[in-house]
Amino acid sequence: MPKKSDNTRKLEDVGIEIDGDPDSADEVKNTKSKGGGKKPTGKRGKADDSEDGEDEDEDDKPQKARRANRRKAAQQQPEEEDSDDEIPQRRAAGNRRRGKPGANGGENGENKRNKRGGKKQKEGKGKGGGKKKSSSEDSKSEGGDEEEESMSEGERARLMEEVEEKKKLIANIRNKPWRMKRRLKHLKEAQLFVDKFEGALGKGKGRKLYAYKVMMMKKWIKFQRDFDNFKTACIPWERKIKEVESHFGSSVASYFIFLRWMYGMNLVLFSLTFGLVVIPEVLMGLPYGSIARKTVPREEQDSAMDYSVLTDFNGYCKYSVLFYGYYNNQRTIGFLKFRLPLSYLMVGIGTFGYSLMVVIRTMAKNADVGGGDGEDSEFTFAWKMFTSWDYLIGNAETADNKYASITTSFKESIVDEQENQKDENIHLRRFLRVLANFLITCTLGGSGYLIYFVVKRSQEFQNMDDLGWYEKNELEIIMSLLGLVGPMLFETIAELEEYHPRIALKWQLGRIFALFLGNLYTFLLALFDEVNAKLEEEQEIKNASIWFTKEYYANYTLNNPNDTGTPPPMDPADVIRGPCWETTVGIEFVKLTVSDIQVTYLTILIGDFLRAMIVRFLNYCWCWDLEAGWPSYGEFDISGNVLGLVFNQGMIWMGAFYAPGLVGINVLRLLTSMYYQCWAVMACNVPHERVFKASKSNNFYMGLLLLILFLSLLPVVYTIMSLPPSFDCGPFSGKERMFDVIIETIELDLPSFLGTLFTYAANPGLIIPAILLMVLAIYYLNSVSQAYQNANLELKKKMQMARDEEKNRRNNKDSTNQVMKDLEDLLPNRSNLPPAEEAKDKHEEKKAKVKPGAAGNGVNLQKDVSLASANPNARGPVTQAPGPRAPGPGAGRGRGQGPPPRR
Amino acid sequence: MGNKQTIFTAQQLDAYQDCTYFTRKEILRLFHRYRDLAPQLVPLDYTNQPDVRLPYELIGSMPELKDNPFRQRIAEVFSEDGEGNMTLDDFLDMFSVLSEMAPRDLKAYYAFKIYDFNNDDFICKSDLEKTLNKLTRNELTEDEVRMVCEKVMDEADLDNDGRLSLEDFQHMIVRAPDFLSTFHIRI
Repeated sequence: MPKKSDNTRKLEDVGIEIDGDPDSADEVKNTKSKGGGKKPTGKRGKADDSEDGEDEDEDDKPQKARRANRRKAAQQQPEEEDSDDEIPQRRAAGNRRRGKPGANGGENGENKRNKRGGKKQKEGKGKGGGKKKSSSEDSKSEGGDEEEESMSEGERARLMEEVEEKKKLIANIRNKPWRMKRRLKHLKEAQLFVDKFEGALGKGKGRKLYAYKVMMMKKWIKFQRDFDNFKTACIPWERKIKEVESHFGSSVASYFIFLRWMYGMNLVLFSLTFGLVVIPEVLMGLPYGSIARKTVPREEQDSAMDYSVLTDFNGYCKYSVLFYGYYNNQRTIGFLKFRLPLSYLMVGIGTFGYSLMVVIRTMAKNADVGGGDGEDSEFTFAWKMFTSWDYLIGNAETADNKYASITTSFKESIVDEQENQKDENIHLRRFLRVLANFLITCTLGGSGYLIYFVVKRSQEFQNMDDLGWYEKNELEIIMSLLGLVGPMLFETIAELEEYHPRIALKWQLGRIFALFLGNLYTFLLALFDEVNAKLEEEQEIKNASIWFTKEYYANYTLNNPNDTGTPPPMDPADVIRGPCWETTVGIEFVKLTVSDIQVTYLTILIGDFLRAMIVRFLNYCWCWDLEAGWPSYGEFDISGNVLGLVFNQGMIWMGAFYAPGLVGINVLRLLTSMYYQCWAVMACNVPHERVFKASKSNNFYMGLLLLILFLSLLPVVYTIMSLPPSFDCGPFSGKERMFDVIIETIELDLPSFLGTLFTYAANPGLIIPAILLMVLAIYYLNSVSQAYQNANLELKKKMQMARDEEKNRRNNKDSTNQVMKDLEDLLPNRSNLPPAEEAKDKHEEKKAKVKPGAAGNGVNLQKDVSLASANPNARGPVTQAPGPRAPGPGAGRGRGQGPPPRR
Repeated sequence: MGNKQTIFTAQQLDAYQDCTYFTRKEILRLFHRYRDLAPQLVPLDYTNQPDVRLPYELIGSMPELKDNPFRQRIAEVFSEDGEGNMTLDDFLDMFSVLSEMAPRDLKAYYAFKIYDFNNDDFICKSDLEKTLNKLTRNELTEDEVRMVCEKVMDEADLDNDGRLSLEDFQHMIVRAPDFLSTFHIRI
């Protein structure tokens, strides 16, 4: 007991401290005064400890009286409970009072003015006394103590509940459809309440912990809020995108949001690559010119700084940190013993790992947000009516287009509804669609062959010397041109199909995707041919180079027979070197990326800006209206831009392993492209004629990205796993395979038991069961989701059925009523109209009377209902439904035959 | 930071953050947007909660709202006096509900209020007609309007009382794929 009371005492101090916490500044003035009044009390309580002990005996008597008092208070409690809002104040009052008696309670214990508060304080005092002279404590007071404890426990539980409730209210207050004023008021009350009573909660030992937890929770919430503020402050281009959105609708904005997302992802890749590979190499690796792989060969040195050579990424560019070949195969570099080759490989793999993770996570999140099942055509018109206006539109022209598109879409659905499509139309349309797809397949095949042809030709060109600019860049030019012309061609062909623009966009995306993919893979295959050729060539060069080195040393010893020491190393510029296929591949990708950037930017400049300029300014002196007529302004090409971005990313993923600098180039590209395209779209484009929403197409983009990621993963993993790295360049030179780095690290750097662990883990006997297990898990999860889907469908069907039934019932009633009405009309006496009608009317009247009254109050209209719970008003018709149906039998009689309406 | 602090007290900002879906920065930005509508009316000091309300004409002329066919309804629904004259609280309220973070249910509730033109807590035929005419700028013929309204009723009216209650509306709108993406205003 004494121990307990000790704890309680301490706790009281804690509670007081919390209450008086200057941090919780929202407390109103009276609270502050309370806190102020309390603190000293606490102190005095301590100082008075000895006095309390002496007062002990005197306290005994008043205690009884007080106990009676308390019972009274307990009876009052329920009443208090009911008047919900009152409690905090009263409690506060109680609380405030609780302290005072501590000051004067010792002197005039009989003071009954302070009912509850006084009692409590006394109790505390009694305990204080108990602590001091626990031995001489008499049993009576102890009994009283116990009772007090149990009583306050129940109270505490209730208090706790209330506090939790209030806390919930604080967390959810923004979800309540209330006016701000009301919300603020409730918030303040709840906060006050929580602030006041949180500290007093918990019991025994737990109490201190609880107070601490509450404090930490407060801090944590504050931190979270600050962090959220910080996070939103970090999201760039919010205003820019918003501006575009308001001018062009959400579909165009979705492209820019996608671009921003890409930028974020690339920033991470960039920091990975530069932080772990490029910067360590620059800071700690051997400097330029120290070894052969870091030096421009002597025969190239004269032209190595030429502009034309540099733009081809040859010369100094080729032997720079941007490309694979520059990195040395030293196991560790610098004083930090940084394992560069290992880090290089890990970053290469980590790039893919991170990208995969992010893409899949975003996809999952998008799918989650998607929510409703859009394919249901249950509510065509209702959805059109209530969700077709895009509230984001803030531009008159776009709004005009939107009005027009909404009108046409309504008209279309009306026509669809009236006559379920004409037959001859369908045949023609089908024929046209087949034709369009045929044409597109032809185009795809043609473009594939063209690229294959060009790549073959370029391999022939490589053996020739006198090449013009065109021959050198033929491949890039052809690929860019195909990327430019193909989509336009598809768009023209797609007009045959007459799809809804949203569906057309998807088709268009799919087709361009196929085109780009075909091109990319033809290019890759050709590249692999080249790599294989280089690998063969390499063997010869390797021998030649070894031979040459030996020759050099032999010559040296021959020429300087006196010198017995080691000969000076060969000048790195003179060493014979292999073709280094990795750098070649890297250069190809960088060139492709750069030419892609150039083409994109030039297209925007010419196709959009120049066109807009001509249309705008030549319009004054032209025979026809340029703005309304033929060239007009360009529309923003969403599908082309998205795919351009996706493919660009694919190239980055593929090329980043061979050219670490590529990621940096890409980040720059995305950054400039954001500003450039934002400007271009605002300055030179007009909104789409048929503005449409970008519903869920975000996940479509992501799907494309995932596909591309997977496809670009394949070649890179293939090279890492099965092609031997070049013998004289790159971080893996001299190894049989690139991944040998990992094995080497395991063998040399990790303790041996880990090595054996890895060999076990890599055992096929372990891997195959693991794969099997995964396949089984996928199968299981798949079937479970299938089952859920079926259940969902079943439920939906059931709902539909219930609805139809309800409707039928209602319709039957309506029809019978109709018959009745007709009958009534024939009769001269209208007095025996079904009473239900009247009742209904009356009911309506009553309602109407009630409603305007409520509406007149304006603000008060909103009832104290949470959104999920049933709105009492909305319930009206349901409960009322049986009313009008009541005269059913009578009505049924009117119909003569048929079963009476079901109930 | 100095001049920002004088607009609201820290507690006010915290309370606003609790009551809306905005961060501190956004609240301040919204305040400035509000103030820019009528710099002479709105004081720069909101610590003592002055009673200022901007007339609907100013609210409706915001670029975010001015092309919206339902701007008047939006202003009416969110304003305390029901006339479209807004205090700062109403203003914050409006954009909080229309923000991206607001949950579907809350949005559905306010959408219902917006489309309920005659404030009788039901969307009836006349409300539907008004909505449709605003959406299409009276381009549809009367027959077409009637037909569309009938179709909407047919689809969404679950209890067949000839009007849409809040429950009907929520049932319908919660399933709409585009509702969340279109019923929001980025500020």
